[in-house]
Amino acid sequence: MSKNTSPEKQKHWLYREENRRTLWIIQFAILFIAILPEFFMHHHASFEAQGIHLDASSTFYAWYGFATCAAMVLGAKLLGYVLKRKDDYYDD
Amino acid sequence: MNSLVIPPGLILILGGLLLPWLTPRLRSFAAIGFPLLTLMMVWLVTPEHSMKLAFLDYELDILHLTSEGRVFATVFAMMAGIGALYALKHARILELSAAFVYAGSAIGVTFCGDLISFFVFWEIMAIGSTLVIWANCHQNKRAYGASMRYLLVHLLGGVILMIGIAAHVANTGSVEFTAMKADNFATIMIMIGFLINAGAPPFSAWIADAYPEASPSGTVFLSAFTTKTAVFALLMGFPGESILIYVGMYMVFYGIIYALLENDMRRILAYSIVNQVGFMVVAIGIGSELALNGATAHAFAHIIYKGLLLMSAGSVLLMTGKRKCTDLGGLFQSMPVTAINGIIGALAISAVPLTSGFVTKSLETSAAAEAGLPWVWFMLVAASAGVFLHAGIKFPWFVFFQKDSGLRPPDPPWNMRLAMWIMSFLCILIGIVPGIIYGILPYTLDYKPYTVDHVVTQMQLLLFAGFAFFALLALMKRTLTISLDLDWFYRKLMFGLIIWIKENIPQLIAPVITGFKNFGQRKFDRLVRVHGPQGILARTWPSASMVLWVAVLLAVMMILHYMRPD
Repeated sequence: MSKNTSPEKQKHWLYREENRRTLWIIQFAILFIAILPEFFMHHHASFEAQGIHLDASSTFYAWYGFATCAAMVLGAKLLGYVLKRKDDYYDD
Repeated sequence: MNSLVIPPGLILILGGLLLPWLTPRLRSFAAIGFPLLTLMMVWLVTPEHSMKLAFLDYELDILHLTSEGRVFATVFAMMAGIGALYALKHARILELSAAFVYAGSAIGVTFCGDLISFFVFWEIMAIGSTLVIWANCHQNKRAYGASMRYLLVHLLGGVILMIGIAAHVANTGSVEFTAMKADNFATIMIMIGFLINAGAPPFSAWIADAYPEASPSGTVFLSAFTTKTAVFALLMGFPGESILIYVGMYMVFYGIIYALLENDMRRILAYSIVNQVGFMVVAIGIGSELALNGATAHAFAHIIYKGLLLMSAGSVLLMTGKRKCTDLGGLFQSMPVTAINGIIGALAISAVPLTSGFVTKSLETSAAAEAGLPWVWFMLVAASAGVFLHAGIKFPWFVFFQKDSGLRPPDPPWNMRLAMWIMSFLCILIGIVPGIIYGILPYTLDYKPYTVDHVVTQMQLLLFAGFAFFALLALMKRTLTISLDLDWFYRKLMFGLIIWIKENIPQLIAPVITGFKNFGQRKFDRLVRVHGPQGILARTWPSASMVLWVAVLLAVMMILHYMRPD
């Protein structure tokens, strides 16, 4: 239960300010481990016949995943300026 | 021929109508028993079975087994049963009863050999699903309006479908439900009718508008049947219709963008339905055996993990009474079971290795590669990352983590927890033993999902998508907003126009209404003149079929009387 006494200690460790840095470090460590196989393996190209080799290039999936998601978040943000309305917009 | 075999959907439809008359104790058994019986019946039907009915000059077949239909019917029956377990303690009888009729008619569609009985089941589905939303009117004052808008969209879809079927029968003389080409008026109308139920543009808004207004269990039922029956219909009716690639691709990205903008947790998941159905529609548009297998398998897996996600969200709604991300957060501390199951559903929808999404959705991307469609492939891969973004992380993060909302509700009752565990088990079971689902697909499949390359690249894609989420978290701060959609045209513009005319030029109203009436009367008179005494409706009917229809009408009236809202 969230009591008012010593709020920082009452919090779950995920929410403590001091652990925020650790969580980011863990995330970067996981990303690094995910990239490691790129040093050893080659991906097979799905579109050799069309002359496209992009999907077989090193770290393609990593940067493509990041870049397209960043684009979608930014795209949604921009569209939001046009499309967002108060959530009682349709109420009478 | 086995005389014990009856159309599986009928068991659920009749079972649903029987439910209100059972004692509460018996009802609990029946709610699990009928879906189980249906599931068994689905697997007892063989291709030799048929149940022929005569209607006008046509022969209908409501017991027509296809391998595609069997996959869909199997997962529909499973969803009805597990959904009923989830609903058992809290759902109103009307909701459960309507949900069974709805599920039964969806199964009915998957066993139709002809377009006429297909249409009948299709329309019963619309009524059943509307009643599921309607059943929540006393809890949620928005439910009534949403259910009526939902019904209007589906009646419109039904009319378009009926026009298509009538024209198709007039053209070809055949009522058989078989693969078509959308190259003439009739088949194009049929395809539009199917697509409206799939949530295709410009009618995508109804899913996020209506589904989240139902009760926690109601939304679970709704998520499973309508859109996936439409996927089945497109799969059987229009495989390889290339326009579907574009339609599906729009749905994929529409779902992601709107889910990213959304604040209501169940609306996030509703937009995600459009996104996932978009993948299936793209695959149907590609139309190769691998693609059609992919759409079928993905539909099966999606029904289960989306049901699981909505069960998790429904549990949060039930226990907190809150549905907006801005009000939620930190719930993993007191609702661990709900959080764990929600996360398993989120991992499955994101196609993380060892889950059902990984072994099914990858069939569709592979099909794009195999078919030599690079742009489709690159967009589907981006969309797979986007799925992780909007459903895989966004839903669990904002509901169970983010800021601590201070809410400390307990986990939901045992029946809901059990239903979620069963669904999670299925998500992981299919992920680990994909042969279960690969073995029942329409075409033989030689596909190895677990190659080092596939696992590594998928993990890289998802982890970096997740990194993008946390790096850009500031841009996704939740706001108390909804997002405008194309339904604005009929909810605001047309409505406003009529109000404006009424207030400013009221003298216009009367002539317009009279004009409409006269127009209708003229058409009707013509109809009577041309088709009246010698027309199709004036022929002598066997009295047996008349008695049957009177009985059906009486039954419907009795049910409606019983189900009127309190």
